[in-house]
Amino acid sequence: MAAPEAGTIGQAGRRLGAAVRKLGAVAFFLMAMLRALPYAMRRPALVWRQVHNAGVLSLVIIMTSGFFVGMVIGLQGYDAFSRLRQEDLLGAGAALTLLKELGPVVTALLFAGRAGTALTAEIGLMRATDQLSAMEVMAVDPMGRIAVPRFLGGVISVPLLTAVFSSIGILGAYFVGVQLMGVDNGAFWSQMQEYVESEDVWEGVLKSAVFGVAASLVAVFEGYTSERTAEGVGLATTRTVVITSVLVLILDYMITAFLL
Amino acid sequence: MESTPARELGAGMFVLLGFAALFFLATQTTNIESYINEDGYLVTATFEDVAGLKERAPVTMAGVTIGRVEKIEFDPDGLNAVVTMRIGPKFNRIPDDSDASILTAGLLGSKYVGIGPGGSETYLAANSRIELTQSAIVLENIIGKLLFRFGTESDHATSSTDAGPSE
Repeated sequence: MAAPEAGTIGQAGRRLGAAVRKLGAVAFFLMAMLRALPYAMRRPALVWRQVHNAGVLSLVIIMTSGFFVGMVIGLQGYDAFSRLRQEDLLGAGAALTLLKELGPVVTALLFAGRAGTALTAEIGLMRATDQLSAMEVMAVDPMGRIAVPRFLGGVISVPLLTAVFSSIGILGAYFVGVQLMGVDNGAFWSQMQEYVESEDVWEGVLKSAVFGVAASLVAVFEGYTSERTAEGVGLATTRTVVITSVLVLILDYMITAFLL
Repeated sequence: MESTPARELGAGMFVLLGFAALFFLATQTTNIESYINEDGYLVTATFEDVAGLKERAPVTMAGVTIGRVEKIEFDPDGLNAVVTMRIGPKFNRIPDDSDASILTAGLLGSKYVGIGPGGSETYLAANSRIELTQSAIVLENIIGKLLFRFGTESDHATSSTDAGPSE
């Protein structure tokens, strides 16, 4: 009875140790990227290529999802507000929901699934096929050449994608609320402008910036440190989605608690 | 993935689209110009009770917003509240004997300041004071008074109809 217990505790301890060590590894990785930052800054074409990969190629999924999320807010919001006889508040409710919560969070989750996985798999495969080591042999810094441009591409893309998502979402809510359910057009926009403060917009921008850094860091780190096997790259890709999703939701609560 | 002109154009368009969306959110969803104007002139008014009035609350005349509440302070000498309001520069012909009252938007809505026009030929100047004021109506006090009245009335009612038929 005592022996397996000791084993379990020992195992748990080893796992905890590994988790803490990974946290430290992420910190060192971030510092190494900061050191390689000037290299990437001198080659903006590398960063723009990654903005294309992470941002432009995510636009379709972001816009489609944003429109449908906005439409369902229009529908649910209309149902909820009409129970209170306050349909005119639909615009304010939809804008606040999208700007402060759904826009940043859903965009970050979609980004992790669409672009984060691609980053991890790409860098992981480079690692597995020794391309990163080959770069080092050729005196090219893989950190500055591969990791930093991809990180910056994500950091730039996520806030912009979030703004697109929230805007399209508000249009979706407008489409369902005003065009289909018959909320007054003027009331929809004027109540929105009445109740939404510029702080609400900035809260969404701050959140999306933090989520962009977190999602990009996780994706690049997992790819860079993945095992050099086909299975290892697959596992790293899965970890990117899982870690980013949980991290985004935890960070979301913490930022909200700070700002309210 | 090579960097072709088409992709560079795509990335540039994406950044523009993102900032356009941000601009849309910052300007269309919020009522930004209503309180960033720093011009206009300040006017104060002293109220016995400002219950629930907040800074940046609208100052209205005939139902039209002409300014914002700038700050609310407690005057330790007069034991009342001093409300400083910033009136828009366009509205510079308000009679100086106008009165200010604290009103409620709707039954339970937010508080705002309403200015009722006076008949004077001279106008409110910068940093002047509105003398005639009416304090906020505190709903709890009115309900309290009503309940008290109903309470005393129903006492009379029950004593006079004691013998009456009951259901």
